[in-house]
Amino acid sequence: MPLDAKTSFLIILAMALTTFATRVAPFLLFPKGREVPKTVQYLGVVLAPAVIGMLVVYCLKGTVVFSYPYGIPELISVAAVVILHVWKRNNLLSIGCGTILYMVLIQAVF
Amino acid sequence: MSGYKQAFKKAFPYTIPVLTGYLFIGIAFGVMYAEKGYSFLWAILMSVLVYAGSGQYLGVNFFVPGISFLQVIFLTLMVNVRHIFYGISLLKKFNNMGKKRWYMIFGLTDETYSLLCTTNVPEDVDEEKFLFAISIMNQCYWIIGSALGGIAGDFIPFNSEGIDFAMTALFVVIFIEQWMSKENRVPELIGAVAALISLQIFGVDRFVLPAMLMIVTVLFVGRKKIDREVNDPCH
Repeated sequence: MPLDAKTSFLIILAMALTTFATRVAPFLLFPKGREVPKTVQYLGVVLAPAVIGMLVVYCLKGTVVFSYPYGIPELISVAAVVILHVWKRNNLLSIGCGTILYMVLIQAVF
Repeated sequence: MSGYKQAFKKAFPYTIPVLTGYLFIGIAFGVMYAEKGYSFLWAILMSVLVYAGSGQYLGVNFFVPGISFLQVIFLTLMVNVRHIFYGISLLKKFNNMGKKRWYMIFGLTDETYSLLCTTNVPEDVDEEKFLFAISIMNQCYWIIGSALGGIAGDFIPFNSEGIDFAMTALFVVIFIEQWMSKENRVPELIGAVAALISLQIFGVDRFVLPAMLMIVTVLFVGRKKIDREVNDPCH
């Protein structure tokens, strides 16, 4: 271990508290029992889908687009997930096949 | 307690994509942490207390002589800042959950948030217990993955490169499911496009915060057009 146990533990604690702070913030701002402002209610409804949109991009942020393999494995795999899912509407099937396809593509093809 | 058994049983199938993803990205984390010289017990400790995928990936680099706590806090904040959004959609749901809500808040990872927000609770199960079961199971997968990585990361019998695509696929599937409800389409596009633009301008390491600001701004500016019945956040 590069650091002693106490320092290591304190680093973990600092990470834990900071992470929790980001997750608890809305609940402290709008505590239980108090009416949530209309604006925030609106945000709550529209943010959920907006965040999903952001998370898809977040997951793909490391994709190499401007040099080989030009994001082709990601493009093919995401397309496969979309097509499979629109067709069968089976979460596990879409995710499972998409993931296996992606693994084959980056390990054996590209 | 029988209610819980039923809840876990019913919730399990919904968590399988997270199971796959968390086991393997958990393993990857465990391996990285072990390479820094920390035993699997430390990996477990971090996964129990911190419980944040990309946060812990980044966190592995904190364990070097000379790191300051201010740096730890700032970098963790930057990588996890997107979580501030999550509670806003879950205020009502969690506030009805009594003491359990503290764990629910603690466990708000990307994947858990997405499941909690988008899964339709089956009719024959208690909603609170069902949601709680999802959160608990997800963290268990994460802890088990980290431990496995810390113990035996080097002995994984097959090439698992790319398995973390399971998380991307999960979000793509949720994206499509949401897309089926027309009113979600505009916010989804706003989220994705803002993230893409921000990614182009600010780069991989710095795009989330500007993206969030952009999303909120556009959602507010377009409120009249986007606004719809605000009854049940998250649905």
